Amino acid sequence: MSTVKAITGDAAVAEAMRSIEPDVVGVYPITPQTIIVEAYAEYVARGEVQTEFIPAESEHSAISICVGAAAAGARTMTCTSSQGLALMWEVLPIASGMRLPIVMFDVNRAISAPINIHCDHSDTMGARDTGWIQIYSENAQEAYDNFIQAVRIAEHPDVQLPTMVMMDGFVISHAIQRVEVLDDAVVKKFVGERKADYPLLDMDNPVTWGSFDGLGGWFMEFKKDQMQAIENAKRVSLEVAKDYAKISGREYGLFESYKMDDAEYAVIVINSTAGTAKTVVDTLRDRGVKAGLIKIRMYRPFPASEIVEALKNCKAVAVMDRVPGYVDIGGPLFEDVQVACYQEGVNVPLVNYIYGLGGRDILTSHIESVYSDLEKIAKTGKVATPVTYLGIKE
Amino acid sequence: MSKKWDYKNVNAKNIPRGAVIPEAGTADEYETGGWRTKHPEVDKDKCIDCLFCYMYCPDSAVITKDGKLVGFDLKHCKGCGICAVECKKDAIKMENG
Amino acid sequence: MVATIKELSEKQDLLSPGHRLCAGCGASIVVRMVLKSSKKPVVVASATGCLEVSTTIYPFTAWRTPFIHSAFENASATISGVIAAYDAMKKKGKIKEDINFVCFGGDGSTFDIGLQSLSGAFERGTNFVYVCYDNEAYMNTGIQRSGATPMGAWTTTSEVGKAQAGKRVHRKNMTEIMAAHGGYAAQASPSHWRDLVMKAEKAFEYDGPAFLNVLAPCPRGWRIPTDQTVEFARQAVESKYWPLYEVMEGEHKITYKPKKEIAVAEWLSPQGRFKHLLKDANQPVMTEIQTQIDKEWNRLIKMSGETT
Repeated sequence: MSTVKAITGDAAVAEAMRSIEPDVVGVYPITPQTIIVEAYAEYVARGEVQTEFIPAESEHSAISICVGAAAAGARTMTCTSSQGLALMWEVLPIASGMRLPIVMFDVNRAISAPINIHCDHSDTMGARDTGWIQIYSENAQEAYDNFIQAVRIAEHPDVQLPTMVMMDGFVISHAIQRVEVLDDAVVKKFVGERKADYPLLDMDNPVTWGSFDGLGGWFMEFKKDQMQAIENAKRVSLEVAKDYAKISGREYGLFESYKMDDAEYAVIVINSTAGTAKTVVDTLRDRGVKAGLIKIRMYRPFPASEIVEALKNCKAVAVMDRVPGYVDIGGPLFEDVQVACYQEGVNVPLVNYIYGLGGRDILTSHIESVYSDLEKIAKTGKVATPVTYLGIKE
Repeated sequence: MSKKWDYKNVNAKNIPRGAVIPEAGTADEYETGGWRTKHPEVDKDKCIDCLFCYMYCPDSAVITKDGKLVGFDLKHCKGCGICAVECKKDAIKMENG
Repeated sequence: MVATIKELSEKQDLLSPGHRLCAGCGASIVVRMVLKSSKKPVVVASATGCLEVSTTIYPFTAWRTPFIHSAFENASATISGVIAAYDAMKKKGKIKEDINFVCFGGDGSTFDIGLQSLSGAFERGTNFVYVCYDNEAYMNTGIQRSGATPMGAWTTTSEVGKAQAGKRVHRKNMTEIMAAHGGYAAQASPSHWRDLVMKAEKAFEYDGPAFLNVLAPCPRGWRIPTDQTVEFARQAVESKYWPLYEVMEGEHKITYKPKKEIAVAEWLSPQGRFKHLLKDANQPVMTEIQTQIDKEWNRLIKMSGETT
C-alpha cells in the first residue's frame, strides 16, 4: 500500500501530483517551488504521466491556463510561491468566482521588497480572502497528504472551489524527511475521476463561461452562494479526512490540538513552527507547566467556533503570525482568533507575536519566551504588549 | 441539463454556479430594435441578392433564405445603415422608424 | 477555394443578434466573418473588452458556440488551458471530434496588456487562431489611447491642445511582431470580406498558431457616422494605411494592391478623431503620417519580393 521514502517536501508534493496525474498542469518556476516543477517535467519526459504539461511564460498565464482547462472539464493543477502567487492574484478570485476546483501548491516564501527567497507566510496570507480554500502543512508528510485530499475537497459537489495547499519554503520544501508514499493506484482510486459542471468542451450543449453581471443582476447571490460553498468545505474536509485515514492510517482535523485538554497556556501557530513548538510544549510539560498548542490546518474556511472551543479554558493564548501585519492590532491569524473569541463571548487574554519573517530562524528559546510571557499575562490578567516582533536584532 | 434552465425567469434559486450561462444564444431573445431611429427597406426590383448587406451587418439582422435576401430582423436591427451604404445597386433605403 | 457569400449565408451565425454592441460596430462584423470561415465546430475565448461585455450580459449570451472569458490580459493563456484540456481528453478518448479554437481580443488586450500571454501561447506552438479586432483605442473604457492608436489621433488620453496634436508617436507594428513568432500572421479588413475569409480559413487550417489583425472601425471612437464603418475600413486599405498582406512562416505576400494612389489625408480628414490635423499648424504631423505609410508599403513590397 505504501512506501517509506526519504525525500524533500517539494519531492513529496511532486510524488502526490504524479499519483493524482491531473489532466492539465500549467506552471511557472519560482524558488523554492522549482523542485516540484522539475520533477513533474521529468515524469512527463519519461512518459510516466499523460498530463498536458504547459510551462507558461508567467504565473499569471499559468493560473489562467488552469482556469481555461478547469472550465473545459479537466482536472487541473499548478504550484507556485511568493511573487508568483502575487502575480496570479488577479486570477485567484476569478477561479473561485467561476467555481473552478483548481488545486494549487504554494511553497510559502516572503514577498519582496527586499527580495528574499526564504519562508514566511505573506504570500498566501495576502490571498486568504480570494475565495480559495487554504490548507497548511507542518511537514512533508502533511504536504503530501493534504495535497491528495485537496482534490476531493475542491471537486466535491457541495464545494466546487479552488484549493491551495501550503508548506514552509526551504525548511520543509528542501529538507529531506521521512514520507510514506501511497501506491499510485491507491491514490488514483481515492481521487477518482472529475465530474465537471457545464464543461466548456461539451459541443452539444454550448455554454458561456465568464459572463458579465452588472447592476440588476445576480452578483450578490453568486457571492453568497460562494460563501456557503466555502463553509461547506469544513464538513467536506472532515469527511474526506475519514476516507483518507482508511487508505493511509493518518486522519486530519480542521486543526491539530496538541496537549490542549488541560492546557492553561496555548500557542496557535501555522506550518513548520508547530514542530519546534511541540518540543517546547513537551519540555514545559516536564517542568509541570500546562502548555498546549493549536496548529492550524484549514485556514479558509476559518474554523472559528471550533478553535474558540479548544482554547476557551486557557488562562492566556499567544497567536503567532509569520507575516508582517502592517497594522498595530496584529497579524491576520491574530485578528481572526480575536474576532472568533469576541463572537463566542470568550474573554481569554490574547497576545500576538510576529516571527520568522524572510526565513528568520525561530528557536525553541523564542517559543519558551512566549510561554513565559503567557504565564506573566495570566498572573496579572493584563496584556502589556499586544504585538511583539519575536527574534528581532537589537 | 441546459435545456431545463429557465433563463427567462432567473431567480436566486436557479442561477447556475459561477455565473455560467448554460444555454446557447439566449441573447436572441433580447430585442435591440428599440435602439433604432431608422430601418432599412429593400426594393427587390433593384436587389440582385449579392448579399453584401448580409455580410456587413453587425447584428446578423439581414434575413436570407437559399442565398436570397428576404428581409430584415427588425427585432434586432439597430438601424446603423451599413446595409444601405454598402448596397451596390442602391436597393436599400433607410426609412424612419 | 474561398467560400462564396451564398455558401456562408447558409451557415448559422455563431454570434446571435441581441448583443449590446453599438450600432455600426466593426467588431461584430469581423467576428461573424471569422466564425463563418471555420469548417469545424469552434470554441471561442475572448479578452475583456467591448465584444465580451456586450455579448455575455447575464443571463443573455450571444454565443451559440462554447465561449469563455476570464480576464483582460490572459485570453491566450485561457484558451491554451482549454486546448490543453482538449488534448488531454482526446488522448483519453473522452472527446472524439475535431475542434477549432479562436480567441478574440481588442487592440488593448492584444497590443498592450495581453501581448505577453499572446506571445507565450505562440511560442508554445498552441494550435489556435488569435483575432485582434483593432479599433485603435481602448473603446470599452471610453476611447483611451493604446499601442494601436495611430499618430495624430485624438483620444481621451492623447488629447489635442496647444502642446500636442493628438497621439505623439506611431502605432506598434503588431502584425510583424506576431509574424516574427514564425507561424501564420495576416492583416485583413472587413471591407475586403473575401480576402478576410480566405485568411481566416487559412488560419484555421494552419497547424499551429495563427494571428489575424483585422481593422474594426469604431463609429463612437473614430467620430464617424454609424453607416460608414465598412467604408472607412475600405478607404484605410485603399490609402495603404492598412495594407492587406500575410506572412506564412516568414514569407511575406501582399494579398491586395490598391488600384489608384490615394493620400492618407483623404482617409483621415472625415474622421472626427483627426479633424485637428486639417489645421495648417498640424501639417507636419499629416506629412509624417504619410511618410510612415509610404515607408511601410515600400518595406512590404520589398519583403514580398515585388517590384512596385
